[in-house]
Amino acid sequence: MLLIDCPHCGPRDETEFHAGGEAHIARPEKAAELTDAQWADYLFMRSNTKGWFAERWVHAAGCRRWFNVERHTVTHEIRRTYPMAGAPTEPEEGP
Amino acid sequence: MTATRPANLRAPPVRARGGDWVDDTRPIAVSFDGRAYTGLAGDTLASALLANGVRVVGRSLKYHRPRGILSAGFEEPNALVQLGKGAHSEPNALATRVEIYDGMTATSVNRWPSLSHDVFAAFGLLARFMPAGFYYKTFLGSRVLWDRLYEPFLRRMAGFGRAPVGADPENYDQRHLQCDVLVVGGGVAGLASARAACASGARVVLIEDNPELAAGLAASPAKEWIDVAIGVVKQDATVLTRTTVFGAYDAGYFAALQRASDHLPQEARAGVRQRLWLIRAKQVVLATGAIERPLVFPNNDRPGVYLAGAARAYLDRFGVLVGRNVVAFTNNDETYATVIALKKAGAAIAAIVDVRANLTGGAVALAKHEGIRVLEGYVVVDVRGRSAVRGVTIAALDGGRREKIACDALLMSGGWSPAVHLFSQQGGKLIYDPGMAAFVPDRRPADPWCAGALCGETGVDAAITGGWRAGSSAATALGKPAPRGLTAELPDEPKGDAPLAFWRVPVAPSAERKCFIDFQNDSTLADVSLAVREGFTHPEHVKRYTLTGFGTDQGKTGNINALGNIAERTGGDLARLAPTTFRPPFLPVTFGALAGREKGALLDPVRVTALHDWHVAAGAAFENVGQWKRPWYYPKDGETLDQAVTRECLAVRNNVGILDASTLGKIEIVGADAAAFLNRVYTNAWSKLGVGRSRYGLMCREDGMLFDDGTTTRLAPDRFLMTTTTGNAAAVLDWLEEWLQTEWPDLKVYCTSVTDHWSTIALAGPRAREVLQCLAPGTALDAENFPFMSYQEVVVAGVAARVFRISFTGELSFEINVPWHDARHVWEAAITAGAAFGITPYGTEAMHVLRAEKGYPIIGQDTDGTVTPLDLGMAWAVSTKKDFLGKRSLARPDTARPDRKQFVGLLTSDPSRVIPEGAQIVSESNIADVRLPQSSPVPMEGHVTSSYFSAVLGRSIALALVRDGFRRTGETVYAVADGHAIAARIGPTVFYDPDGTRRDG
Ligand SMILES: [Zn+2]
Repeated sequence: MLLIDCPHCGPRDETEFHAGGEAHIARPEKAAELTDAQWADYLFMRSNTKGWFAERWVHAAGCRRWFNVERHTVTHEIRRTYPMAGAPTEPEEGP
Repeated sequence: MTATRPANLRAPPVRARGGDWVDDTRPIAVSFDGRAYTGLAGDTLASALLANGVRVVGRSLKYHRPRGILSAGFEEPNALVQLGKGAHSEPNALATRVEIYDGMTATSVNRWPSLSHDVFAAFGLLARFMPAGFYYKTFLGSRVLWDRLYEPFLRRMAGFGRAPVGADPENYDQRHLQCDVLVVGGGVAGLASARAACASGARVVLIEDNPELAAGLAASPAKEWIDVAIGVVKQDATVLTRTTVFGAYDAGYFAALQRASDHLPQEARAGVRQRLWLIRAKQVVLATGAIERPLVFPNNDRPGVYLAGAARAYLDRFGVLVGRNVVAFTNNDETYATVIALKKAGAAIAAIVDVRANLTGGAVALAKHEGIRVLEGYVVVDVRGRSAVRGVTIAALDGGRREKIACDALLMSGGWSPAVHLFSQQGGKLIYDPGMAAFVPDRRPADPWCAGALCGETGVDAAITGGWRAGSSAATALGKPAPRGLTAELPDEPKGDAPLAFWRVPVAPSAERKCFIDFQNDSTLADVSLAVREGFTHPEHVKRYTLTGFGTDQGKTGNINALGNIAERTGGDLARLAPTTFRPPFLPVTFGALAGREKGALLDPVRVTALHDWHVAAGAAFENVGQWKRPWYYPKDGETLDQAVTRECLAVRNNVGILDASTLGKIEIVGADAAAFLNRVYTNAWSKLGVGRSRYGLMCREDGMLFDDGTTTRLAPDRFLMTTTTGNAAAVLDWLEEWLQTEWPDLKVYCTSVTDHWSTIALAGPRAREVLQCLAPGTALDAENFPFMSYQEVVVAGVAARVFRISFTGELSFEINVPWHDARHVWEAAITAGAAFGITPYGTEAMHVLRAEKGYPIIGQDTDGTVTPLDLGMAWAVSTKKDFLGKRSLARPDTARPDRKQFVGLLTSDPSRVIPEGAQIVSESNIADVRLPQSSPVPMEGHVTSSYFSAVLGRSIALALVRDGFRRTGETVYAVADGHAIAARIGPTVFYDPDGTRRDG
């Protein structure tokens, strides 16, 4: 069970939270102008990242606030939690 | 009666050594397979049975070979017993772990009709015809044979205990625990870890599976150090014994099961039987030890063949000698100490057979000094005796000499496999250590610390040193000061010979099917060889093909031998084979412990309305809607459901009914941007809705599918009251919050659930206005002053109320919202005032009939997550101008298809026939017997979503989703149910008062 550091409440058990999928996917502002493929990409397509992954969580059984989490999809380590408005950590330069 | 105990099995000199778990002043009476035996307080069932000379304790899974006790602990594959009776009964208990108490009853699980006369034993003779993959290959052919013959037979054969009948009468508990350092394993290494961590000031939890810490080390030279450490740790740490850590999860989270009173007789169990501990630890030390493995040779499964370490445990802990004339077969030094201990306790040692040659170490020298015959470079090639070992045949590994040796017990040891289960469960990697011939933890920085036999620190002094180091590292990683140095004076241990990896005794292929690898699943060397020959060379494939590693023991003894032989058979390198995945639980866990207190009334909270007591007193039958209890119908004078619902429906249509609608979800949406927000979440437009007016709205997800519906009212320019479906109230609030917080934080809006702030009392029917007028005498309630879809604040029965003129029945209707604590007063006032008008309380069933007569859909019943507003025929509620959630998806090619499944009404040809809800709809009537397979597939055209008998119409009505339904008005289709095709005609969804004159009047 993950230990998630809610930016508002502090570290709590995963059971207090709901996962909300990949973070930083903005809703298209002019949806009507998108092609079907572009809309489907927003609607259905998510990255299947192996490694550090930014995702949204909500502290459902706590403060009910949404925030972002950077979690490693292999080790499940959480290195960072930050507010919705925050920016994701830049990926490190490859060798 | 007490069976005679074979003489000298509990030899007094052995017991005098101390360190025993048993109290020989306290005999304990137990029953096994209907026979009475006497053990001692502190015995396990296994040690008591061994002390009574019982050898056969079960039958093997596939061949029903007699099986005896193999081990002394949790790795036991054979000695599974059914404990207790009736609802208290527990299947698959390990006799090697069960502590006996007076009156215990146990039965062996895998035999029929009895252990000694086993009907299936003939399978042993058929062994050659039941190779690996037997099930897959044999039962492919005939479905009929499978149903009638194979499956019932296999189920009986499969054995392994019976699930108890009846609810579990025991109590279980769950507790949470947080600590700095969790130490798993209370052997010497764990004890040293806990002591070191305590010494540095850490908050420590130490968990041990056995009833005692440092089990079986009373005879150790380090006894004094151990005793002091136990005293200190018990004082400074939380120590849980009889507790098994069975699961290791992310971020230092562990689950452990404490057998709080399993060791007590039923009548002495006060309170809790077992307790589930959920532990969050900042640092973890695993000192889980190692599991000895069998050697692989013909008839290695005979009762009387033991793991060598188990023989030592039975002697040290229980004073039980497993044999009086013993042969040992080994590949490592540790067996020698065991054999010498048995010899000192009075057993004759016929020989030690060692696969290694040219031994020079201290262990061998000591054995020879004791006068024990050591055969180096030899192996056991056969075991004689079917139900008990009578002797062995040995042979030189180089193919030379053979010899038969008589014995009554054979100890075997193929070396030790570190118990890496928890380490692997939490993601730790393993690495093959050729020196130990075992997979060991390949510890990375974030992994738990490891100590003791888990990482090859064998011997007491190595375990103490390693344990201290691990405990100290765990504490200092948390910033604690390093504990002061380890001061114990520990004797040097003699240098020995290294173990030799040895995965099988070389035998003829025909003998391989008697060489057992997984005792519980009866997988043999022949099975592994066959699997590899047929191309299953990955360990995960071999596991599934041969069943090795399944079952209650999950291959604790067998898996490594399977791996070793896969490597040999494929010519591969064992170091490059990964063991099969370790998953929780480490040992089987009772469902009761996982449920804990969350059962019965505590399983799920029950929500009741402010009027619940009134409904109970009125004799209502209730239905569960989510967590709510809602009146379903109010039977009068022994009415059936149908009779009551007919009466309630007619009362609403002809006079007036009253409904407790308090469970309706209610959310206040407040703020300068409230209307703009509603515009985005509802499919229709809200900006122009006037204050005091209500509007029906539909909500879609981004994929365009309906999510919820409800009526929302503008209470003030910046304040709306949204209503939701009863079961969807929380989900809708979550949905609104999600969009506000994640996508539109710029909107000035906040949402508050007021569901149980306001009780809702609905008055519905042509005389509803007259009833309300009695309760609110001064208020103008006529259609002009209080029109349909409007709202007013009205004093009702002396209470300030919010009254909405909205209707879910199609009748003239007022929904009165009053504060929760005023609801009973207002409701009773309405009942009293309404008596003159024939007011009738109605429940959810009548409500459903009434709304279906009007064609009002229920989201979640008439829709299923694949239905758009357009599919429901509600284009009128979908804005073409503004954007809203899901709008773009309505234009996707599949969503915009004109022939989607659409919401229609169905009228059966036979008006008395009510179609069962869920019935599939087809367009062909020429189905001779729908119960028989059809010659060609019959296209499914849709299904019935709601179906009732309408009292006011005097006929059945149904709502359905039908492919291309809008264009098929007038067409006859067939609903298939209960073996019949019911003819029905497609028509509009509104069956009653299509113009809405009753509602609007
Ligand atoms: Zn929070």
